[in-house]
Amino acid sequence: MRERDIITQRLGISRRDFMKFCSATAVAMGLDASFAPQIAQAITAARRPPVIWLHGQECTGCTETLLRPSHPTLDHLILDLISLDYHETLCAGGGHQAEQVMHQSIKENEGKFILVIEGAVPVKDGGVYCQVGGKPFVDTVREIGPKAAAVIAIGSCASWGGIQAAAPNPTGATGVPAILKEQTVVTIPGCPPNAQNFLSTVIYFLTFNKLPALDSKNRPLFAYGRLIHENCERRPHFDAGRFAGAFGDAGHRLGYCLFKLGCKGPVTHANCPIQLFCEVGSGAWPVGTGHPCFGCTEEGVGFNTPLFTQAKITIPTPAATPPPITTEQESQVTPLATTLTGAAVGVAVGAAMMAGKKATSEDEE
Amino acid sequence: MSLSRRDVLKGAACTGLVLASGVNAQARDKTLPPAALGILYDATLCIGCQACMSGCKRANKLEPDPSGNESLWDNPTELSTKSLTVIKQYRQNETEDKAQTVKSGFIKRQCMHCVDPACVSACPVSAMQKDPATGIVTYNKKACIGCRYCQIACPYNVPTFEFDKPFPQIVKCQLCDHLLAKGDIAACCQVCPTGASLYGPVELLKEEAKRRLALPEGQVALFPANDIRTGRTVSHTTAEYQQHIYGEKELGGTQVLLLSSLPFAKLGLQDLPEESYAGVSENIQHTLYKGMILPMALLAGLLYFVKRNER
Repeated sequence: MRERDIITQRLGISRRDFMKFCSATAVAMGLDASFAPQIAQAITAARRPPVIWLHGQECTGCTETLLRPSHPTLDHLILDLISLDYHETLCAGGGHQAEQVMHQSIKENEGKFILVIEGAVPVKDGGVYCQVGGKPFVDTVREIGPKAAAVIAIGSCASWGGIQAAAPNPTGATGVPAILKEQTVVTIPGCPPNAQNFLSTVIYFLTFNKLPALDSKNRPLFAYGRLIHENCERRPHFDAGRFAGAFGDAGHRLGYCLFKLGCKGPVTHANCPIQLFCEVGSGAWPVGTGHPCFGCTEEGVGFNTPLFTQAKITIPTPAATPPPITTEQESQVTPLATTLTGAAVGVAVGAAMMAGKKATSEDEE
Repeated sequence: MSLSRRDVLKGAACTGLVLASGVNAQARDKTLPPAALGILYDATLCIGCQACMSGCKRANKLEPDPSGNESLWDNPTELSTKSLTVIKQYRQNETEDKAQTVKSGFIKRQCMHCVDPACVSACPVSAMQKDPATGIVTYNKKACIGCRYCQIACPYNVPTFEFDKPFPQIVKCQLCDHLLAKGDIAACCQVCPTGASLYGPVELLKEEAKRRLALPEGQVALFPANDIRTGRTVSHTTAEYQQHIYGEKELGGTQVLLLSSLPFAKLGLQDLPEESYAGVSENIQHTLYKGMILPMALLAGLLYFVKRNER
């Protein structure tokens, strides 16, 4: 059977649409579009790599975001690109039957499957706060993790604990990288993360058989290499000092910068402004809709800094206009200081004069 | 002890001879090191994007330097302990400079890395050093006693002192010498998009500057960018240059060279003599104290008069 027919039959899309998707994926990963044939080959390879998808402390938002994109065949692609052997939300079976399938797949594909973990791992009190099949989730992660070819932590919860790890963190929620310290755990933080970033990471792994370049927090650099602030469509307003002061005020209506409303864009690494969400066109991301960025992809910002608290700018950039050649320096002497100093000098002079007078009159006597 | 008039005159004559021979013996070997590194800043290529300032902050891990009431931007107005380089802008004053054809221009301020640095000469503890190979003027915080002589000595007003810190240091551009070891170049030149800040050996930069001054105005020409040795070029239309390389001869020369289409005085860079201030002051000092002969003669003279007036 020809490649075209295989794709048409298996994925239910035309070859043309499929190649378009592959080119778009290559570009999203920061690769040249000429990588599209290689990606297409990886995706259509006869043997689909098995994926085990585990859920911990989470809201299933990450799974939802993966099903949400409006690209007509994305769900087809996910189900056909990978062999999703175990996924609690999408499993047809349930109970011990499903568990058995998972263990069977792990046994058969040891060292070959991709492990995706969604949700935080509670470790307090032996991990009793999240159990699946009567077994603490932390034990499951420790058991399955080392057997996987690659581990991907999807979402902020799996990356560092997310909302569960926010103070006071009653369950001891921890990110997967902190549990599987021996391995490289790729993190795709976000609440929810962009499905495209996850897909691109998986496809990169399938195509090149290695993980993409990662930053210090194991986030793929192609997606998390730059600050939201750097690519934000409202950045010119920031540089020009035009800010929305309150929701619904004149500045907010005109689309001014949301920094003063608590936007965490200047401290958050993510590709939201360029990747956007749900494939519905421009403006489909939080700042585009007029809401400040929450910083969900940045550990220590999302779920840690209050939503409307202004971010502390740690990576400074200069203002739009350079200073003039000479700037008048403001006097550091305040009127109060002048008054006090003047009074003290006056007292001293007065006292000296009085003392001098007294001495003179004593001499005269 | 008694000194005859004859002996005193003899001593005075000897001292005079020694001094006369010593005045011209103070030849100081202050020439550009052969492997000197520097920057050629061409204001005609600068677009005022201030990427150099951001790059400098990142490379040297400096804090933001806001000004005014808004603390959102890094907005230094002068060199400071938080800003090793500043881009300033000249804007034409309609009433004062009516004749001026160039209405606006940028200038990059930073340490000039003098061939004969006044700060090194003034430093009493050798905390300021000029690297014998690269010529970079470096600062050693362990040796520094915080006297701030360097700050006062610098003719370009570059070194700054951390008055706001309990254990303050002198802060100034050190040409990213911490990056040189890794094979990188100064961060400001690395990020400059137009080639306005060009890094490289000073000899090559001087040749390049002279080539630019000779280019006719309004012609599209290739300009090296980032590092002159890598061969990367950017094409620009040439501007009308002031026929002056600032830093070629100023105070014995500097390793940071400046080109502009505006008179340098308009950009806050004053006319300076060719002889370095360090050279002048060191000549006077070294002449006075050479071999301690003059102080000894003075002491001898004083002793003589004291002795004579004793009785």
